[in-house]
Amino acid sequence: MPENLAKFCPGCGYPITLLMLNKTLEKLGIQKQAVLGLDIGCALLAWNFLPINTFQTHHGRVVPTMMGFKRARKNSLCVALVGDGGAYAIGLQSLIHAAKRDEPIMVIVTNNTVYGMTGGQTAPTTLNMQITPTSPQGNIEEPFFGPELLKGIVKEGAFLARTAVNEPKQLMEYLEKAIQTQEVGHFSLVEVLSFCPTNWKTVGTQTIDKLNGLKNVFKLGEL
Amino acid sequence: MNNNRKFLYGHELVVQACLDAEAEVMYGYPITPTCEILSGWIATGKPSLQTEDEIAAGFAVCGAVLAGQKAFTASGGPGHILLQDGMSMAEGMRLPFVIIVGQRGGPSSGTVIYSQQEVMLACFGGNGEGLRLVYSPATSRELYELTRQAFNDAWQYRFPAIVLTDGYLLKMRSGINLAEIKIENVPAHQLVPEDKIVHWPNIYTMEEELNEQINLAQKDWDEISPPIAKAEILETADAEILLIAHGIVGAAVKEAVKQLRKSGIKAGYFRPITLRPFPKKDLDNLFMKDNLKKIIVIESSSGQLARIVREQLAPEIAVGFEYLQKPGLGIEVEEIIDFIKNN
Repeated sequence: MPENLAKFCPGCGYPITLLMLNKTLEKLGIQKQAVLGLDIGCALLAWNFLPINTFQTHHGRVVPTMMGFKRARKNSLCVALVGDGGAYAIGLQSLIHAAKRDEPIMVIVTNNTVYGMTGGQTAPTTLNMQITPTSPQGNIEEPFFGPELLKGIVKEGAFLARTAVNEPKQLMEYLEKAIQTQEVGHFSLVEVLSFCPTNWKTVGTQTIDKLNGLKNVFKLGEL
Repeated sequence: MNNNRKFLYGHELVVQACLDAEAEVMYGYPITPTCEILSGWIATGKPSLQTEDEIAAGFAVCGAVLAGQKAFTASGGPGHILLQDGMSMAEGMRLPFVIIVGQRGGPSSGTVIYSQQEVMLACFGGNGEGLRLVYSPATSRELYELTRQAFNDAWQYRFPAIVLTDGYLLKMRSGINLAEIKIENVPAHQLVPEDKIVHWPNIYTMEEELNEQINLAQKDWDEISPPIAKAEILETADAEILLIAHGIVGAAVKEAVKQLRKSGIKAGYFRPITLRPFPKKDLDNLFMKDNLKKIIVIESSSGQLARIVREQLAPEIAVGFEYLQKPGLGIEVEEIIDFIKNN
């Protein structure tokens, strides 16, 4: 059960990921060791949501913070929750190097193709020709594929995968694998395709249709 | 002859001070003039990581101290700018973040060894109220002692602590007997504990919530400032001019004051050892009598120390100011004496 009411927008995908994370930690009996670091962006809203140790960091800086934490407390289970902008734009340098060094931390990236907190601006994951407040004529870039980029960098034993908030079974399976990966001392990243009806300006089934459409661009599965 | 006396570089003293303070890990990125602190620490075999940049070093220090580990970093110039990101989080969350800054010339990449131009950056470089402890050592011995003190004060009072030095002091060798220096360590403790759940924000929904946090931090700051603020003061009882300098320039000014006294000039000496909190009371108290007619602020910057002195000096104290400013350049005893004699 969550500790407090969710602070996310109605219809946000984040609480699904967080509740699945909590369920997985519960199932494995490791809530006490878990430490959840939050990037700034919508992830920050999880600061008192789950009954586990949680703190906020800075935009793009949750990965090096959790690296410092994990190296200091090796028996902890360090989870970095970050958006696609925090992970793949402003924090990419740290993400790449943490992956390359095989830091035993678990990174959960929410990919909803936009900067949600600031009003839906273009993110590294924004689709080609997607219209956003900072790409009013449509995004001229191709989207960024985080797990695929890291694939060529990580060491043997690391875990990289992509799933979606409406694939609960797979989401839980990947979160569990990511936790197990940390337990044996390796880096893991799970990208979760998520919806943002507030900034997508979608209602009802439009939101689900758009999310399912993303799966054609961002392939689900383990890498 | 004392056998415990060693001839050590400033950077060796910093590493020794961190070891003696029971620091457990260093995160850093190579930049002149602090490279030898990083390589010197790594040579001790203690845990360390050369990060991808100073931003990562700063946040790794934040993560480590959250877990309860004494951690530190070292940098200067452009690296010091990048570290302000993590330092700002440390200021906001009251983290015992320790950094040794080797000032180099600026702006931009500037020069690589010496300057006193990072005073404002160290004291007020964040997007907050500048609630960070800033120590400015004048001698090798003080570099060692203040590095020890930075760890102690950071962990006791939970403010980020900066030892603001420069490449001259870091790359200078001097004889020192460390066995004479007795400092007890303040132990580290877990800020995110293992035995209970913490929910810890550093961003607030309501302006009032943030305002409350700032006021609480300011209240603590005001309480701890008097015991922490420290200055070296000499020859002020009958002085007519007061020479103010900090750091290694302070050491030159101290010698200049001695020589000026010999030639009959009534010069006094005031050196803030802590720039934040500033030893304001010590300075104001020098004006209880009316012997002091003039303050001369001497620094390797175009007035960063002078701004702090003018701001801190009680407004009712009427005294003239003069400045000897050589941004990015060292200042020698002889030129200080010439300046005083010609003014």
